[in-house]
Amino acid sequence: MANTLAEKVWDAHVVRKGDGDGANAQPDLLYIDLHLVHEVTSPQAFEGLRLAGRKLRRPDLTIATEDHNTPTLDIDKPIADLTSRTQIQTLRNNCQEFGVRLHSLGDAEQGIVHVVGPQLGLTQPGMTVVCGDSHTSTHGAFGALAMGIGTSEVEHVMATQTLSLKPFKTMAINVEGTLRPGVTAKDIILAVIAKIGTGGGQGYVLEYRGSAIRALSMEARMTICNMSIEAGARAGLVAPDETTYAYMKGRPHAPEGADWDAAVAYWSTLRSDDDAVFDAQVDLNADTLEPFVTWGTNPGQGVPLSDKVPSPNDFGDENAKAAAERALQYMGLEAGTRMKDIRVDTVFLGSCTNSRIEDLRAAADIIRGREKDPKVRMLVVPGSARVRLEAEAEGLDRVFKDFGAEWRFAGCSMCLGMNPDQLEPGERCASTSNRNFEGRQGKGGRTHLVSPVVAAATAVRGTLSSPSDLDPAPESAALQTTDAA
Amino acid sequence: MEKFTTHTGIGVPLRQSNVDTDQIIPAVYLKRITRTGFEDALFSAWRKDPAFILNQAPFNAGSVLVAGPDFGTGSSREHAVWALKDYGFKTVLSSRFADIFRGNSGKQGLLAAELAQDDIELIWKALENAPGTEVTVDLVSKTVICGNVVAPFSIDDYTRWRLLEGFDDIGLTLQHEEDITTYEATRPAFKPKTLPARLS
Repeated sequence: MANTLAEKVWDAHVVRKGDGDGANAQPDLLYIDLHLVHEVTSPQAFEGLRLAGRKLRRPDLTIATEDHNTPTLDIDKPIADLTSRTQIQTLRNNCQEFGVRLHSLGDAEQGIVHVVGPQLGLTQPGMTVVCGDSHTSTHGAFGALAMGIGTSEVEHVMATQTLSLKPFKTMAINVEGTLRPGVTAKDIILAVIAKIGTGGGQGYVLEYRGSAIRALSMEARMTICNMSIEAGARAGLVAPDETTYAYMKGRPHAPEGADWDAAVAYWSTLRSDDDAVFDAQVDLNADTLEPFVTWGTNPGQGVPLSDKVPSPNDFGDENAKAAAERALQYMGLEAGTRMKDIRVDTVFLGSCTNSRIEDLRAAADIIRGREKDPKVRMLVVPGSARVRLEAEAEGLDRVFKDFGAEWRFAGCSMCLGMNPDQLEPGERCASTSNRNFEGRQGKGGRTHLVSPVVAAATAVRGTLSSPSDLDPAPESAALQTTDAA
Repeated sequence: MEKFTTHTGIGVPLRQSNVDTDQIIPAVYLKRITRTGFEDALFSAWRKDPAFILNQAPFNAGSVLVAGPDFGTGSSREHAVWALKDYGFKTVLSSRFADIFRGNSGKQGLLAAELAQDDIELIWKALENAPGTEVTVDLVSKTVICGNVVAPFSIDDYTRWRLLEGFDDIGLTLQHEEDITTYEATRPAFKPKTLPARLS
C-alpha cells in the first residue's frame, strides 16, 4: 500500500496498535527515539516520577539543555533572577538524580534544545523526537516525526519511552520554483501560514515538498519545519536526501562505518510513495514569492513586505475582522500604512527559528560594510554555544560588533523574554523568531516576524526593509571589515 | 485524575479568536517548579484591564469558559491548563482547539468540548443577555445546555472514556510494558543514543 513519509515513520514506531477502527479507534502506542528536555516544562514531570516511585526508563535516549531562562550576558555569574536560578538548579538536580545528560550554561554544547539536537547528530531521519516545547517540529527537517508535548506527556515519555497518539491526517505543502535573491525559507513558511491560517494545519502533519524545498539547506528546512506549529500542525517534515546525509555525516552522534551504510539504506526509503494520497494539498509558487512580514498579533497575520497594513474590512469573517481590529490597536498601526514605512526600535536575530550559523552568515553578509541606524538596538543571540564559537571563528562576531549590534551568549532570549532580554511596553521589534503574540517578547512589546536578511536590512534603515532596498555597500568599508576579521 | 461526568457552572463568554497560550499564561509564570498555584497567572496581562470579562461579577465566579475559535494555540505549556483549572474552570468550549492544548486538557481533567461556531454564538448571546446564566456540560450525553440552547459537542472517544473513568495515562501504558520491551529489542543498531556522550 502506498504511504506518505509521515505514515511510514509512524508505522515503524507502533509498539501496540490501538483497539477499534475509525472514529472509535483507540490511540496507538508509539515508541519515542529521542526525548529532549529543558528547564521549563520538566520540573513537574520529574516530580511526578518521584512521587509515583517511577524510574526514567531510558536515560540513554534523553538529553537536557538549559535554554529558556538562561541569561545572554554575564553567564559566568550566578543568575540574578532567583526564580530562574531555582528552575535551572532544579533541572541540574533532576538530571543528576535520574542520570540524564545535561549541557549547562557555559558548556560548549549548551544552547536552544532544537539547535543542539541536530548539531550533535542526535536528530536523524525516520526517528520519533519529542520535547516539552511546541517548536520540536524543527527536527522534522530531517524526515523525523517530531512534535511538542505537554508536561504530562513529558512524564509519560520519561516513565515509558512511549506516547499514546491518534493518527494524524497528512497535508502536502508543495513549493515549486526558485526563490529570488533576498527571499528565504522564513518567507516560505510565513506565506504558508498567512495562506492556511493559524488553525489550517490543525490535526495534520505537514510534508514540505517540491523543487524549492529540495533546493534548501538543512538550516533552511529547519526554519520551515520549526513554524509548522504556527500553522496549527503539531509536526512538519521534509523527506531526507543527499543534503540531509551531507549535514549528518561526521556529526558526533551520526552513525559510522557499517552503521552509516545501514542507516543511509534505511533513510533512502523515507519518502512518500509516488501514489501516496495526502488528505489535503496546498501549493505555493516560489518564483513569485516576496519577503514576508507580519503586521498583527498572530503568525497568520502577515503580508508581503511591499504591501500595506490591511484594514479589518478586508476580512469577510467576523472573527477575523475583530481579531484584525484588536491586533491593529495592540500594534499601534493604522490600516493602509506601507509596511516599509514602519519604524522599529529593536532588531532581534535569534531563536530556534533563525539562530543557526547560516542565519548569522546571511545577516552578516547584509550588514558588512554598512552602518546601523543609530536609533535601532540590535541583539544577536546565537542558537547554541557551538554556533557562537563557529561564528567567532569566521569573524562574524566582529562584523556584528563593528555594525553596533550586541553579540550575546546562546539561548532562547528575546523570543519569549523569560530571561532579562525583553521589549519595553510599546517598543517595536523586527524579530527573526516565531511568535508575534501580544506581550510575547515583553509586556506591551510589538513584534514583526521577519527573516534574518530582512532583520539585517531593517537594522540598517531603521524601517522594515528588504536587502533590495539598501544602497550598495561601500566597497572599501566591506574590505576593511573583512581584513579586521 | 478526578472523574468528569457532568458540570454546571456560570458561563464566561470570551469573544475572541486565536487565544494563544501566551495570553492564557505569560512566560514569566513558567519559571515556577510546582504544578499548582497558577490562579493568579491566568490571563494576567488581560486581567489588568478592569473591563476584562473576568474582572466583572458574576463572570469572575465562572467555571465554563466559552471561547472563540483556535483556542490554546502556540506554546505547548501545560501551565495554561493548570492556570485555567486553578482559577476554577472545569471546561472550555470552542469551535476549534489547538492540538497540544486539547491533549494537555485531556491529561489534566479539563474538558475541552468542541461545538459548532453557530452554537458558540448562541451561547455567547445567552450569557451576555443574562450574565450569570449557568451552563451545563454533560460528558455522558456530549451535550451543552445554556438557557434555551441545547447543543451537541464532540470529543474523541478515548479522551471521553479516560475523563469519565478518571484514568491515569502512565498506569494504562505500563499495563503494556512487555510490548515496549519487545519493541525495544527490535530497534536498529544505527539509531543514536545520548549516552555515552560524544562531543564535537
